[in-house]
Amino acid sequence: MTTKANGEVLVKVSGVDKVFKRGSEEIHVLGGLDLEIPTGEFLALMGPSGSGKSTLLNLVGGLDRPSEGAVEVGGKRIDQLSDRKLAAWRARHVGLVFQFYNLMPVLSAQKNVELPLLLTRLSAAERKKRAAIALDIVGLSHRAGHYPRQLSGGEQQRTGIARAIVTDPTLLLCDEPTGDLDRKAGDEILDLLQALNREQGKTIIMVTHDVHAAARATRTLHLNKGRLSASPIDQ
Amino acid sequence: MKYFYLIFSGLKRKKLRTSLTILSIMVAFILFGYLTAIRQAFDAGVEVAGADRLIVRHKVSLIQLLPQNYEAKIEAIDGVSNAVHATWFGGIYQAPRNFFAQMPAVPEDLFDMYPEFILSDEHKEAWLATRSGAIAGRGLAERFDWKLGDRIPINATIWGKKDGGRTWEFDLVGIYDGAEKGTDTSQFFFRYDFFDETRANGAGLVGWYTVRVTDPDKAAEVAAAIDAEFANSAQETKTEPEGAFIQGFANQIGNIGFIIMSIMSAVFFTILLVAGNTMAYTVRERTSELAVLKAIGFTDRGVLSLVLGESLALTLVGGAIGLGIAALLVSMGDPTQGSFPVFYIPTRDFFLGLLLIAAMAFVAGILPALQAQKLQIADALRR
Repeated sequence: MTTKANGEVLVKVSGVDKVFKRGSEEIHVLGGLDLEIPTGEFLALMGPSGSGKSTLLNLVGGLDRPSEGAVEVGGKRIDQLSDRKLAAWRARHVGLVFQFYNLMPVLSAQKNVELPLLLTRLSAAERKKRAAIALDIVGLSHRAGHYPRQLSGGEQQRTGIARAIVTDPTLLLCDEPTGDLDRKAGDEILDLLQALNREQGKTIIMVTHDVHAAARATRTLHLNKGRLSASPIDQ
Repeated sequence: MKYFYLIFSGLKRKKLRTSLTILSIMVAFILFGYLTAIRQAFDAGVEVAGADRLIVRHKVSLIQLLPQNYEAKIEAIDGVSNAVHATWFGGIYQAPRNFFAQMPAVPEDLFDMYPEFILSDEHKEAWLATRSGAIAGRGLAERFDWKLGDRIPINATIWGKKDGGRTWEFDLVGIYDGAEKGTDTSQFFFRYDFFDETRANGAGLVGWYTVRVTDPDKAAEVAAAIDAEFANSAQETKTEPEGAFIQGFANQIGNIGFIIMSIMSAVFFTILLVAGNTMAYTVRERTSELAVLKAIGFTDRGVLSLVLGESLALTLVGGAIGLGIAALLVSMGDPTQGSFPVFYIPTRDFFLGLLLIAAMAFVAGILPALQAQKLQIADALRR
């Protein structure tokens, strides 16, 4: 695996525990986890179901908070931000790509991509222009007026990626981005992510079960029972 | 403004459910508008009643008559500006269903006491010159398509004529207008002198007096002084503000305001459940979408506002259409064909309708909105 990371640490996870409570039962998903991700890296996170991959992704993306430990992104302790500041931070620094696309069914591709820009001070014309550029990057300019139900799975995921990159975020977090796609459409998505990493220097963290998908990343880490390792651990 | 399309696009999600909810809200506001006009019809007299006017009637009941010579005695009381008398005629024009108020009056006194009745000088002169002359309000004239010069026959139920006849014939010499929207233009006035000389009995007796006081703040004192003046006489009086007197008439039918309020409360409570149910389903079905909005940076308060905005859009569309249809129906006229002296939706009730729309939006949307606000992104995305 080669890396284009420039060595500067963008994400630093230190001694992170995550405990979920279900009634009186406590479930330890992550325990004392440390991780550093340099700027410009394309990291694949693999591991069995329930290993804590998505939980780690949520912590790095500011969608959840650790029970213990610190999460720093770009030198900022995001786990200490208030809910309001954390939401503003996500809007500015994080692009999210979901397994099931999570597009608004009542909005066209163009309007879906514009959604994160509603939180900016951009004019309607500027929002439209930026959404058009993002759709162009993912090769969907000709489908801008179509609704999600009129798009194939691959096209929906590309729309999801356009929505994730439209604000030019620091960090792109992808949770099983090819998990709901066939091989061909999945490869197209991986090509796109790889291009975003190589050509635009986006730092990407991708959670995946798929070895084929992980091979596109510059580094792969395996998570099992809340612990990270560079190679798969026997289960 | 930039969130409008997001709010309205939410309503397009389940078109049938949204349409049915809007339809129910619309029906509620049609009812609100229409019932408001009916309540206004009953309250109109009370609202336009002069604060400086008192009504003096027989202490026992309104159908007991008072001597006409009380007028001079009342006018002599300190604080009284002037007094005019009126008498209920209660005749039938063609058929009992064609009910309207008919009263004998002294022309000069009538317009002096009721400046809200606008009659042209030409019509006034014609009335003064015609003993059998009568004037009708614009609403009444239009109701029966009366024109100046028409001879109006009215069958007496109370006041027979000296010649034994019961049909009184009046010449329509004037049509008066109302100075305000709520002024009653459904009344019919004819000359008292003609009435008094023609009636078979009751000469010199009148139904009640309308009294103007010089200082409205002292109306209660003047009322007490009038009643004291006639205390222990054969015809004792009861004096009350004009508004209370008219309200007493309306209350003979029932407490219209209370009845209408009860109906509206039941309707709005039911519609609130419908709208609340729709909003609850809307949020429940879109848990992951709302979580995505939060994930991309919408704040908790932002998501709360979006859900409340959607609730407002839902009720605003239904409520505005409903109020519009109610206004249209009311503009088509009095459903009783003339029993209501006025029939319209007052401007203040339009504003009340808008307030109700906002209140309904808030109550229907607040619980689902709070639920959306509290949504934990990571949990919601897992669902």
